[in-house]
Amino acid sequence: MELKNEKLVRMVNISKYFGEVAALRKENFEVGYNEVVGLIGDNGAGKSTLIKILTGVHPPGKGRIYFQGEEITYHSVERARELGIETVYQERALGEQQALWKNIFMGREMTTHLGFLQVKKAKKETERILKEVIGFTAAGLTPDSIVERLSGGEKQGVAIARALHFKAKLIILDEPTMGLSLSETKKVLNFVKGIKEQGKSCIFITHNIYHVYPVADRFVVLDRGRTVGEFIKKDISLEKLVNKLYLVARTGEISQN
Amino acid sequence: MLKRYLKLSEFKLQWSIFAVLVALFTLFIMGAPRIFLAPDMYYSFMSTIPFMTIMALALTPVIICKEIDLSFPSVMGISAWMFASLSASTGNPTLALIISLITGLLAGLLNGILVVKVGIPSLIVTIGTMFFWKGLVLVFSAAGGITLVPLRGTILFQSLVGRIGGVIPAQALWAVGLAFLFWLILNRHKFGTHIYFTGDNIESARMMGIPVNKVKILVFTQLGFFAAFAGILLDLEMSYYWPTSGEGYLLETIAAVFLGGTSAFGGMGTIFGTFIGCIIIGSLESGIISVGLSGYWTNLIYGLVIVISVSIHSILRRRT
Amino acid sequence: MRSLTIKKQKREKIKTLKDYLKLSEFRLQWSMVAVLAIILAVFTIRNPRVFLSFRIYYSFMSIIPFMAILALALTPVIICKEMDLSFPSILGFSAWMFTSLCASTGNPTLALIISLITGLLAGLLNGILVVKVGVPSLIVTIGTMFFWRGMIMVCSGGVGKTLVPVKGTILFQSLVGRIGGVIPAQALWAVGLAFLFWLILNRHKFGTHIYFTGDNIESARMMGIPVNRVKILVFAQLGFFAAFAGILLVLEALYHWPTTGQGFLLPTIASVFLGGTSAFGGMGTIFGTFIGCIIIGALEAGIISIGLMGFWTQVFYGLIIVISVGIHTILRRRT
Ligand SMILES: Nc1ncnc2c1ncn2[C@@H]1O[C@H](COP(=O)(O)OP(=O)(O)OP(=O)(O)O)[C@@H](O)[C@H]1O
Ligand SMILES: [Mg+2]
Repeated sequence: MELKNEKLVRMVNISKYFGEVAALRKENFEVGYNEVVGLIGDNGAGKSTLIKILTGVHPPGKGRIYFQGEEITYHSVERARELGIETVYQERALGEQQALWKNIFMGREMTTHLGFLQVKKAKKETERILKEVIGFTAAGLTPDSIVERLSGGEKQGVAIARALHFKAKLIILDEPTMGLSLSETKKVLNFVKGIKEQGKSCIFITHNIYHVYPVADRFVVLDRGRTVGEFIKKDISLEKLVNKLYLVARTGEISQN
Repeated sequence: MLKRYLKLSEFKLQWSIFAVLVALFTLFIMGAPRIFLAPDMYYSFMSTIPFMTIMALALTPVIICKEIDLSFPSVMGISAWMFASLSASTGNPTLALIISLITGLLAGLLNGILVVKVGIPSLIVTIGTMFFWKGLVLVFSAAGGITLVPLRGTILFQSLVGRIGGVIPAQALWAVGLAFLFWLILNRHKFGTHIYFTGDNIESARMMGIPVNKVKILVFTQLGFFAAFAGILLDLEMSYYWPTSGEGYLLETIAAVFLGGTSAFGGMGTIFGTFIGCIIIGSLESGIISVGLSGYWTNLIYGLVIVISVSIHSILRRRT
Repeated sequence: MRSLTIKKQKREKIKTLKDYLKLSEFRLQWSMVAVLAIILAVFTIRNPRVFLSFRIYYSFMSIIPFMAILALALTPVIICKEMDLSFPSILGFSAWMFTSLCASTGNPTLALIISLITGLLAGLLNGILVVKVGVPSLIVTIGTMFFWRGMIMVCSGGVGKTLVPVKGTILFQSLVGRIGGVIPAQALWAVGLAFLFWLILNRHKFGTHIYFTGDNIESARMMGIPVNRVKILVFAQLGFFAAFAGILLVLEALYHWPTTGQGFLLPTIASVFLGGTSAFGGMGTIFGTFIGCIIIGALEAGIISIGLMGFWTQVFYGLIIVISVGIHTILRRRT
């Protein structure tokens, strides 16, 4: 039905202020079908804010959001999920003192009609997710583990597994490789490749251009609340992109050629 | 292995509090075998402990949510007054019951709204509403009591505070039933999960789509409701309403919840713990007197039991 | 270069933000003064005869200082993001210590010293349990509250004790005497202590440490602030001043009841919060607390004198707390 040139997500004219601080200034942002977008930018550039508006955590203000060509008027976390947007937040958004299986289904528990939990089913599902989706076979990691005691990588794994488990059209990863070892970083990058192969879309936020370059199709560079550069991977080599980023860092501007 | 360890620590915590209870009753039985091996003492516990227990059960989710409520004894007081005066004036205890419960519900809702919508920390709000409702009780009742003797023998009376089989106080069954209900909601219902997540990390919960504001408001509201219920039970049990009813419950109830292992930092707590905590706090005084100490010792021993138990909790939690 | 400009930008942001905050903290403090002024104005209009005479202010000055001293010492604890519910019991126990030592030794100065030390140690115990054992202060001080209350009952056997023989001693004169025959000495003590607390919180390293500890304990620790010591000291000083308030109280009443100190708990906490100290730590002023105490203290006397029954006091307490703190919260949120 959708026009082939229509984007999966289109965010138009998004501004966001925290008090006096402008986190986003009239930002436009798009994600295509089956596209992996690398969203790059300095600390405080507004990357997380941008995606939190998309996922319904912050209200979009005066801007507009289109999903598969349709404008979303009522925006909330639930609505974003219904549309098929899944997110791994930078903050990980885990309830650390709670059991792993509860965290997997946080905010959309498996329940009967009356809202009672289907504990067994949820735990079984968690076990499957642990094995199949993230391949954690580490001894001691079970649905009943308390998240607080997991390693950083394991926590990140749980947050990613949670996002991958629910059949999403768009998966957002905010700094998924932060604080991960080399081997775990590699795992995350493989997830992203998997997302692409399954025909889904992905927004990959990172500071580390070397992580995102191999997996992304397109790069968007954000600086102080607005896009300063956009590159298609086929048009630009890694070295050139790195140079461009240095340039942004120095001048705050970028030349598109 | 790790898992077993973890489970063990929360487990240990619950068992440690249970052990305190057992130790205490062992001391009581050794100190006053004639009293503590006869059923009368236990009937009397069953008639007195439920009031605090019901409030402690309802307070537990509030504290798990990382909030606090200091106004529930005053809400209990105003609802108890409402029930007593309406029963006396209308002669219709069922109507009085309903209105009194609604009063409690609304008082709880008010706390919730002030906390969530205005954003005042619950500790402060509920100090304010505590004074407010307590003041209204004094103003309305003009320091006079109300007798409720005419209600004796009504079905309402029988089903709320009657003696089942002539011996078991109905309020004890209510407390046990409610404990089961609260356990069910906290451990087997979506709402319970939302309560734990809200208390654990409210930002995460919000990002994952948990309606944290609604959760908090509901949690305060139910405490108001159950405080009213406890107030009605207390009225009926005494067959008399005093303007001071509800006073003295504040710190003991909070102590019982913490004694049960609920964390002051939110996200952790069990109904089982709270229930045991209530039995400990509720039986100490009679126990102390029965073993021949003067009642003056009660507070001192309360203090020791609380400090020692929560220190053990803290150490147990830290180790793991 | 980029980072430099960013730094500059951020500093500018912070600067304006800080200015804003300062402004709002200012507004907050003045809003409390306004509340006090309105309350006094209402009272004066309703009952000019009472409120235009010195007598009522004299009675304020003799009654409010006890709570004010407690509230002053409680303020740093709450700024530290901690809580203490045991101070009224510590007050009661130290006051008993003072009373009974006065009676048994006949030496009020010795009694004073031992009683102050008792309070200090009780506060220290709270601090140690909080910091070393790691029990949250709200919980631990419920426990010690019961404990010291129990100690009073056990030690006193539930009976009161008179202090009349101490009347007229130099100690009595300097603590609760009437300066120039009119000004109660305890009022001067309260004002002096308010100044001392202000000085420490705003002009001393220790005060800065208290604010940082309450603001973000992890950051404070990383920046080398001895957060544990700060907390222990803060609890210890509250114990000390609770004892001092207790001594003043029994000297003023010339009698120790086993219930001495009960009833101070919630009004004292309320007056600290009324003064704008944040329940989330890191924020609070001595000026605010002082005004908060006067409001809470004046309400009771005022309500009775304008002809309402004393029962109404608590209703007004409740309303004023909720409304004032609601205003604070909204003022703070704006920035
Ligand atoms: N909840 C908030 N309240 C106030 N300011 C905020 C909030 N969230 C973000 N900001 C501000 O908005 C700006 C953009 O923040 P954002 O988190 O979007 O940056 P980012 O690009 O994700 O940075 P990083 O790479 O460090 O994660 C920053 O200046 C930040 O201080
Ligand atoms: Mg970010």
